[in-house]
Amino acid sequence: MPKSSTPTRLAVRKTYKLYVGGKFPRSESGRTYLVDGDNVALASRKDARDAVVAARAAQPKWAGATAYNRGQVLYRIAEMVEARRAEFKALGVSGAEVDAVTDRWVWYAGWSDKIAQVAGNANPVAGPFFNISAPEPTGVVGVVAPPSLLGLVSVIAPAVVTGNTVVVVASNPQAAITLAEVLATSDVPGGVVNILTGSGAEIAPWLASHDDVNALDLAGIEDADLATELERAAAGTLKRVLRPVSGVDYTEDPGTGAMTALLEIKTVWHPKGF
Amino acid sequence: MFEYAPAPESRSIVSLAPSYGLFIDGEFGEAKDTFKTINPATEEVLTEVALAGPEDVDRAVAAARRAFESWSARPGSERAKYLFRIARIIQERSRELAVLESLDNGKPIKESRDVDLPLVAAHFFYYAGWADKLKYAGFGSDPRPLGVAGQVIPWNFPLLMLAWKIAPALATGNTVVLKPAETTPLSALFFADVCRQADLPPGVVNIVTGAGDTGRYLVEHPDVNKVAFTGSTEVGRQIARSVAGTGKRLSLELGGKAANIVFDDAPIDQAVEGIVNGIFFNQGHVCCAGSRLLVQESVAEELLSSLRRRMATLRVGDPLDKNTDIGAINSRAQLDKIVELSEIGSEEGAERWSPPCDLPDRGFWFAPTIFTGVTQAHRIAREEIFGPVLSVLTFRTPAEAVEKANNTPYGLSAGIWSDKGSQILAVADKLRAGVVWANTFNKFDPTSPFGGYKESGYGREGGRHGLEAYLA
Repeated sequence: MPKSSTPTRLAVRKTYKLYVGGKFPRSESGRTYLVDGDNVALASRKDARDAVVAARAAQPKWAGATAYNRGQVLYRIAEMVEARRAEFKALGVSGAEVDAVTDRWVWYAGWSDKIAQVAGNANPVAGPFFNISAPEPTGVVGVVAPPSLLGLVSVIAPAVVTGNTVVVVASNPQAAITLAEVLATSDVPGGVVNILTGSGAEIAPWLASHDDVNALDLAGIEDADLATELERAAAGTLKRVLRPVSGVDYTEDPGTGAMTALLEIKTVWHPKGF
Repeated sequence: MFEYAPAPESRSIVSLAPSYGLFIDGEFGEAKDTFKTINPATEEVLTEVALAGPEDVDRAVAAARRAFESWSARPGSERAKYLFRIARIIQERSRELAVLESLDNGKPIKESRDVDLPLVAAHFFYYAGWADKLKYAGFGSDPRPLGVAGQVIPWNFPLLMLAWKIAPALATGNTVVLKPAETTPLSALFFADVCRQADLPPGVVNIVTGAGDTGRYLVEHPDVNKVAFTGSTEVGRQIARSVAGTGKRLSLELGGKAANIVFDDAPIDQAVEGIVNGIFFNQGHVCCAGSRLLVQESVAEELLSSLRRRMATLRVGDPLDKNTDIGAINSRAQLDKIVELSEIGSEEGAERWSPPCDLPDRGFWFAPTIFTGVTQAHRIAREEIFGPVLSVLTFRTPAEAVEKANNTPYGLSAGIWSDKGSQILAVADKLRAGVVWANTFNKFDPTSPFGGYKESGYGREGGRHGLEAYLA
């Protein structure tokens, strides 16, 4: 019995659904699975396909936004993560990890208008030509995320900062969907990040073989045979594949490799002469 | 021209104290002497500002030195977050700062609101991101800050020049003592308040207001490791002499006499807009202004008649009116200089023209002016006027255009107008200028380095290259 004479207020619980195209739909399959007492959406093949459609639709405009604008949006994400620190902690994410997540968004926010200055250049070709090489996003990236929140952010941020859009399969549903709520309130256009909760092993093959996915990040795949199978399926449309690396320490300086792996270099020639 | 109803921006968003002290070690403090700063559009006194003497500069440099140790030792990611905070606060206070800038400087609110302030915030945002990425910038695996930077800035873009100086210095781990121009000290003092709002550690940024002597004390101070100056070529020369043998690093962004070259295949209407923007933007108080128009002979007549028609639609007047295209000249001294050089232009035989133009009775004003029939020997073709005065020369061949464009001791910027890409790139290759705009003019971006060849100075501000001036 509560000490007070008024009845204890009953809490309103959150429903954890998918995050696709800027909205929070249930799985079209109607399936859920039980995680820490919550019934969370279990994404299906059809959800993955819907998410790819949303990611593709959002990609040209996101890539066409100025780098400055994308940087501002990523910085806004950092502000919103910081504001939800308590909520992430209540989900079992340590304070240090939430801080690292905030700082990771800030780090990538700063890269938006610098990666081209580090990964692009003027080429002194032997002829009267102006010749520059500059990076462009590869397009839609399918991602199987590692289980930690920092791992999840460490695979999403380097993909989207340069103008890619992503379909992410996340295995830590409550934290992942709380991150989706952060994204939904940070001026990230709908469809830029799509988060499916469920089984990487079930969803990844559909992303790997999907003709409208340009790259595949297998960071969260632990089964080496499955990774090989996925890489093989990805070869159908010659997707860029980031193989899983064991024992990644996501607290370390991420470097530029995660960004450049998802960039295409475009070289432009133009003659010079009167 | 049809009349526009006045659309004045309210100045009530800016609240000015009766006097301002020096910002040293995180605190505002008084100095022995003071001076007044005025609104150049009305000659009304805005407020009184401290005049820093040698002992004040000493204190400021000492505060910067004390702050340097812990500031430079902070992880780049933490310095970054201070700069992001500053960028955000500037974004939130940008309307206030824009009005303040127009009051103290005389520039149209349209420009301070739409150009200066957005660029200021963007500059801090850009360099914030570099603070924890310096090892990727191409200046070695462990680039180090220089120490205390003494920075002296001009009056034409007061807050923007402050941003160009302070953002890269702080991102790289230096601390600064900055002296704003004598006629435009206010936005730097408001920036000091922004630093306080951001909880920036005391001493990392110090602002000393004053005149030329204050700047000289700062530049010549023995405990300053880096000098950054934007201003006239003459003062730049003096500074280069004074730092000789001291081991101080120096970057200079000085005067210009940019050629804006229009070829016969250029889209005339676009070129006219670019010429107007090139010379009348910010009253022509722009070191990279397109102050020499080089137009191909075959289209000269057509272009000039179109230019005169366009100039007649320029609105000169109240800087706080949102319709104003050309505001007040920043000071009486600058107005005198523009008047004098323009008279010399007429005396030397060039033909002067301005549209009919009512100028306010009080304040400092100069109508937009062009001189035609200018030759390369004329002083108005050689000297920087730093006002809304355009000198027009003609050419017949691309080679002649390049020859004339480069015939100046300056080398800050240039413009090229042509529909032929290969011609643009070939001409750009031959121009001795640090920034070349093609089919556009006066474009600025924090990611894009800016700075001059020859006597327009050395070092670059902005972009990845802008980091180099602050790194050992």
